[in-house]
Formats: sequence, structure tokens, C-alpha cells
Amino acid sequence: MDLDDLTQSSEYTWRLEPRGRMRVPVIIYGDRDLMAGMDDKVLHQAVNVAGLPGIVTASYAMPDAHWGYGFPIGGVAAFDADQGGVVSAGGVGFDISCGVRTLRTGLKLADVEAKKSMLADALFEEIPAGVGSTGRIRLDDRQMDAMLSGGAQWAVEQGWGNADDLERIEEHGRMEGARPGAVSPRAKKRQRNEMGTLGSGNHYLELQRVSEIYDPGAAKVFGLSTGDIVTTIHCGSRGLGHQIGTEFLKDMAQAAQQHGIDLPDRELACAPIRSSSGSNYLGAMRAAINCALANREIITHLTRQVFAEVLPQAQLELLYDVSHNTCKLEPHVVNGETRHLYVHRKGATRAFGPGHPDLPAVFSEVGQPVLIGGSMGTASHILAGNSGNDVLSFESACHGAGRSMSRRRATKTWRGRQVQDELAERGIVVRSPSMRGIAEEAPGAYKDVDAVVDAADRAGLARKVARVTPVVCIKG
Amino acid sequence: MDRAIGHPGHWEHFSHMADIGIRGVGASIDEAFAQAAIALTATITEPTTVRVEESVQLDFSSPDRETLLYDWLNALIYEMAVRRILFSHFQVHINDCRLQAQAWGERVDRARHQPAVEVKGATYTELRVAEEDGTWIAQCVIDV
Repeated sequence: MDLDDLTQSSEYTWRLEPRGRMRVPVIIYGDRDLMAGMDDKVLHQAVNVAGLPGIVTASYAMPDAHWGYGFPIGGVAAFDADQGGVVSAGGVGFDISCGVRTLRTGLKLADVEAKKSMLADALFEEIPAGVGSTGRIRLDDRQMDAMLSGGAQWAVEQGWGNADDLERIEEHGRMEGARPGAVSPRAKKRQRNEMGTLGSGNHYLELQRVSEIYDPGAAKVFGLSTGDIVTTIHCGSRGLGHQIGTEFLKDMAQAAQQHGIDLPDRELACAPIRSSSGSNYLGAMRAAINCALANREIITHLTRQVFAEVLPQAQLELLYDVSHNTCKLEPHVVNGETRHLYVHRKGATRAFGPGHPDLPAVFSEVGQPVLIGGSMGTASHILAGNSGNDVLSFESACHGAGRSMSRRRATKTWRGRQVQDELAERGIVVRSPSMRGIAEEAPGAYKDVDAVVDAADRAGLARKVARVTPVVCIKG
Repeated sequence: MDRAIGHPGHWEHFSHMADIGIRGVGASIDEAFAQAAIALTATITEPTTVRVEESVQLDFSSPDRETLLYDWLNALIYEMAVRRILFSHFQVHINDCRLQAQAWGERVDRARHQPAVEVKGATYTELRVAEEDGTWIAQCVIDV
């Protein structure tokens, strides 16, 4: 990215003041190297977002930002319905409520070392992953609607999850305001065989070892010590979310035109929050959030069953579950006034600070666990929400490493078997239905997650707590 | 893997940071759409490994040619998802903004097809349907 147009307001904060169609400034967080390596299209897309009706304060991009659809991936933008604000399908993305959850296992590396291949095989066998896989749970029309209204709470009621998990999931496991009736029959049909499936691409289930602790106080509250084994699941709302995204992108492109919203890029398709299109999208998108929460709860249940067979001494307790593709109505203080805003996070993690009323009591002093996924051979990070982030990015942080190389170039650079063998030499067991899939997800195709997380920490978006490295990776 | 050039049409992939661009090229819009569909399959698997065992018929209209391509690719993605199949051969007929097509393929065989990614949807990014000097192209980025 050409940095000449930007003003550096702190070491990690870069601004572009409003010009042309922009209603608010663009603010991008990152160090100079991350900024220089960032795609020019991030700034271009963030500028486009800054011109949308009803946007409040700024159009933000996180340190892992890259070229997305309309909005940059790593984009955060809040809209006020009272000011003609919009909701955008592109601002949420195709994989609605894609997210990450991490579970403590109560095990150390020595407990799993001898059994990690067996564990990898059993997890790969039991948790459907990749193209053409189907879940064992089939929902009829009534059950589908109950799932779309009930989220992880519904999954627990069905016996696919633990009630103790719920307070450690955003929205306590159930998104209010979901409208199953706003979800098309095609979206529901696409989901019929996909409950409890991992998906493919960058989605994964990993066993990870806590390799470093940066904040011992917060780590203690999170129940993490060096050498602990945790399990992390990264996936989203599966076919249902993809279909809703596809349908509403088209619907909103028309709605924007009807409401006189001039879009510089069709992918920015949006509708006023107070319009039938906007309200239908919010109802369907919230139903998709419940689908993702139910899906991660079911996968957790399957994971617990595998551990019960292979390593029965394990106790899988949920640390937290975050979603990084959402639009949520939240109160935020803007210039001393509390306003209720529709905050879009496209590839960005909500990061509530200490004392936030939506957090369970256990996190009230340290803030929300913020889970950042890396690529399969490198590291992932666990951070904590910061006080004072409300004025930085509406309480949001980065979501992952972000790609630095296209899939096409990755398959030309590496072969899947070679990547798998190299990781095996480093003690990382990888299972996937596709060697090409492994090549496309090679660690070298991603940005340095440590640099992304350092920038998020130093910019004040969230605080580093622990770093984890993979031991077993199941790729879809 | 990412390019198959032959007479009369061909397909190719182009780079997008997080995802993949697909492009069909042909002597007619029908052929460009059929080639774009092969490029879609090629993001998942090697199209020549997909046998012709069953088929799906599609018939719909869209407000303009570019939306027609968006709808065509998304219709195939939907059929692939709900039927658990991959397509390798396509017959497409476009008249104004109405598309009538038949797509042939087979159920996913994970051992033989080694499917690399699941396609979430076709997007408006780099979406273009155009004719230049008698050659048609049909392209967009797909989210994987």
C-alpha cells in the first residue's frame, strides 16, 4: 500500500481524512511493515465504506486486513439507523458468523504425544470435513426453524452440547431477533445435510499447545498455563450462510438502487436498516448466526466424544466462542453520548473490555477472550479485550493472519504431501481429504500472525495473553 | 491445473488474494459461460476426473448478462452442494438474458477427486461479461 496519502497519528494508527464521497475518515491499524505489505485495495474499499449512508466515526481496517468483497476483510464499520444507516450483506460476508472457539482439555503435551496420531485419525473420522462430507444430523422443516431460532442453546437442548458452554459464547449461545421465515427454502435445503460439518478452505479443528504466556494474570483467569493442550475449532454457518449471502447480495444491489444509494462498487450492496430488505437481511443473518453457533456446539460435542474414547482423562471445557463475520446492534459511546449502532465486523473479532455487561462474571476483570487463528504450521493467539477500545474501533480486533499469497500461487509453490511431511517432522500431525487443499493452506501463504497480533496489542485493540502452536490439525 | 487452452474455447483462473478468479473464453457467450463453469469445477478438482453420470437442467432469466453469469454460477454451486455432485460438461444456450442449460457430472468421490475447496458463492468482484473482436469472456471472483 502506498502510505503517502495517509497521516500517521501514532506508531500503529494511520488515517485518511474525508475527501470526495467519504463521510468519515478511514483509520487503519498496523505497523509500517504490515501497512506497506497491505493490498492497495484495502484502502480503496475502506474509502468506499466511508461513503455509505449513516456511517459513524470512521471506516476501520484491522492489522490483518486484505482485499475483500465491497468491505475489506478486516473491516469494521458502524451505522446509525436514525441517520439513514445501512446494513450490508458484503459487510458481513458469505460465511456469516464464521468464528473460532477454544476449549481447554486439562491435558499436557506429554498426555497426548503418544496418542496424537490415533487422536488425529479419530477426529478426522468422526468430524465431517471437506467437500462432499455430510453430517449425521438431519433436520426436518420444524427442527430447522427451531435451530435457526435457538442456536447453541437449541443444540444443548437436543443433547449435542453442554449447558455450561452457553455463557462462554457470544449472545449466550442464542442470537435474538432471528427470523427463520426470512431464510429462503433454498438456504435451508443447502443446510439440511451440513449440521455438524467443518467445511473446507481455511476452516480447521486443531489441538494446540500453549507455547507462551504474555499476561499471567489474564491467563490464570482463562485457565491457561504453558504446556497445556487446547482444542480450537474454526468454522461458520456452512451452506445456509453462503446461500443467504449470495441471495441478499443480489437483493440488496436492487434495494440500494431503489433507495437512491449510489454504490461505487456493486459488491457494497446494502439497504437502509429501516427498509424491508434491510430488516429481512437482519432476520436471516441472525438466523445464520444461530446456525453457526449450533454448528460449533455440535462439532464440540463430537470432539468430546472422540476424546472420551481415545483420552478419557480429558475434560473439554469451553474457554470462549467468537464470531468474526457479523453485524450486531450494540450500544457504543460516541462523543459522550450512548448510541445504538449496527456494527459490521467483516473478518474482525468483537473484543469487549473489562466490565462489559454482556460478559460472564468470570471475565469481568480481564475482558473477553479474543481468539485469533493463524495458519496450520504457525501459531494462533489468545488475547483479552481492552478498556478504551470503544473509541478505537467499536471494541473490535483482528481475526487471523490473513493470506499473503493467492491459492493459485500457493499450489504452484508447494505440494500438499511435502507440506504435510515437513509439518510432521516438526511434530504437527495434519489430516485432510485433499493434498491440494493442504498446499493451498500452506503456512507460507499467510501473513506473519505474530506481527498482526503485536500490532493489535500495541495499537490497544486487545492485549496479548497467550500464544499456542499446533500439534494436530484437521483441515477440511 | 489452472489453465486448459484448446479450440474453440478455454478457461483460466486469475489471482485474487483470499480467493480465486475464474474466466471462461469462447467464440460465443454460450461457450464462454460453459467454459466459466469448467473453471469453477477446476477450483475444486481436476475437471477431467469427473465422469458424466447424471445431469441437471437449469432454465432462468436475469436482468442483465452479468447478473446472468452470477446466477448461473450460483445455481451450479447450489446444485453441487445439495446433490453432493461435481460437474464437468455443460451445454448452455443464452437468448437475451434467459439461460437454458444442462450440466453433467457425478457424485463426489473423495478419494478420486481429492476436492480442494468448497465454493461458498460467486461474487460481483471482477464480474464481467463482454465481447471483443468476436471473442466472449465471462468472469468473476468466487468465494472459497
